[in-house]
Amino acid sequence: MMAALSPNAQWVLFSTLILGVAAGIVGCLAHWKRQSLMSDALAHAALPGVVIGYVLAGVKSLPFMIAGAAASALLGALFVQWIRTGSRVKEDAAMGIVLSVFFGFGIMLLTIVNHLPGGNQSGLDGFIFGQAAAMVRKDVWMMAGLALLVVLVVAVSFKEWKLFLFDPRFARGLGLSGRWMDAMYTALLVLVIVVGIQAVGVILMAALLIIPAVSARYWTHSFGRMLILSALFGGGAGVAGTLISVKGEGWPTGPFIVIAASALFAVSFLFGARKGLLVGWVQRYIRKRRDARILDGNRIRRDERLPRTISEAERVH
Amino acid sequence: MSYTGWILLTASLVGISCGLVGTLLLLRRMAMMADAISHTVLPGIVVAYLLTRQLSGVHMLIGATAAGLLTAVLVQWLHNRGVQQEASIGIVLTTLFAVGVALIATRVGNVHLDVQHALMGEIAFIPWERVDLPGIGSVPEATVMLSVVLLLVLLLIVAFFKEWKITSFDPALAASLGLPVALMHYVLMTMVSVTAVASFDAVGAVMVVAMLVTPAAAAYLWTDRLSAMMALSSAFGVLSAFAGYYTALWLNTSISGSMAFCTGVVFVVSFLCSPKHGMIAKRLRPARQ
Repeated sequence: MMAALSPNAQWVLFSTLILGVAAGIVGCLAHWKRQSLMSDALAHAALPGVVIGYVLAGVKSLPFMIAGAAASALLGALFVQWIRTGSRVKEDAAMGIVLSVFFGFGIMLLTIVNHLPGGNQSGLDGFIFGQAAAMVRKDVWMMAGLALLVVLVVAVSFKEWKLFLFDPRFARGLGLSGRWMDAMYTALLVLVIVVGIQAVGVILMAALLIIPAVSARYWTHSFGRMLILSALFGGGAGVAGTLISVKGEGWPTGPFIVIAASALFAVSFLFGARKGLLVGWVQRYIRKRRDARILDGNRIRRDERLPRTISEAERVH
Repeated sequence: MSYTGWILLTASLVGISCGLVGTLLLLRRMAMMADAISHTVLPGIVVAYLLTRQLSGVHMLIGATAAGLLTAVLVQWLHNRGVQQEASIGIVLTTLFAVGVALIATRVGNVHLDVQHALMGEIAFIPWERVDLPGIGSVPEATVMLSVVLLLVLLLIVAFFKEWKITSFDPALAASLGLPVALMHYVLMTMVSVTAVASFDAVGAVMVVAMLVTPAAAAYLWTDRLSAMMALSSAFGVLSAFAGYYTALWLNTSISGSMAFCTGVVFVVSFLCSPKHGMIAKRLRPARQ
């Protein structure tokens, strides 16, 4: 299959693979912090930063845009935190506000830039739905480097993450700084998001963080195995989606990656070994059979009771 | 009425209906359902278009409402089967939206229906697509649709105001009183879908989220009364629509984008200046012993 693809497509394939792996891993952390939708809010919040990065650089330069995206996503995270702690507005509404207002601001800026001379060819629209095909080799190297960094950070401090996610009090007791880990987590989340928006787009980036982690949960109860599985699912979705999207002229990459991830989720949801629907049905069926057998046994014993009257006794013999 | 007048009227209708529905969503802590439904309206519209090959108001309304309800049902179903509420919203939202975008890219791919339009809306084109109403004259189609939706929403909220209040603030009490809590949940989801699709054409998906969540959150900081909160939230929606329109005119940029941005400005002002829950008031108030 690889041989049939152009060299550029192979690069793109490699980058979405690495991206999927990184997103799958960080998605697991987000899953256990119960912050799935935070990734959606932050991905939307990255848009104004992308445009500002483009304006500052003057040309389409990925490092500038990624730095801008990271700055504005971090600002979004800060706002969510601030609204949540500083007022009685709850977290879900805070995320909705940051998501829509930042995105609206991003669209404002995007429209202004598109009106500038030469702005129409900026390819900025690709950041909304992802256009992995537009990436050049330099971009791929940078994406792959950042994604590898994320994977390494989680792998090296695996034990700390486990402690921090499942027993934060014990972690604090051992001298692990909760604030530091929180900052680290937000940094990793923002890093994965900004790396991914080029390929998947700001609107669908959240899928790559949410879906593989939830799917992996259906196969195992162990956190370590869940991380590995989630990484595999994310990488698989990235590759499958890219392969489908190169089949058509100008097809966006993002939606196909998401659909591939959703298909993996559907399979896990139905056939997962731990909490899947099918396993649940089989277990319920076996229990029902066992109950029925016990009931049957009772019935036999009832039939074998001693005859109560003489005529009954005569009928039996 | 003038061109500007129609745009402002349409955007204000969006602001009022979103303000009313958004208040209920916010109090039930379902703000992110607004995000989900306003995105999943897209595949509903695309499928309706693929089936009927026309972009008329009625087909879109039916398809999108069905998609919105499907979203609510799917989220609930996954949640009942052990997926976290947030994660199930995320899964359903991104999957259905991706299907919509993929269908547009592969099957539709023409000038009538494009994703850009769906996300950001084209309120500038609204005054040109008109229908003739007997007795009133020629009125933009979107304005008519939004007026009908607003009337419907207003009717439902006023008629069952007490029920909405109880189910929003104390669902357990409502259930013990014998109120149909689940049914009201799905009625609310239908209202969100209908509002989202009617506003969709005018202002786009993301702007619908802004109008549903942000003015309601701002109003939540000013008052403790449900009726006052609904009125304020609608007023904030209208205010943002006006401010957004003139900002967009001034900067020559996307109208719906700047309306969304203005809801944010209204929220920030409320966040800082509200007399009871605002930042400044909190600083000035002497600390309670």
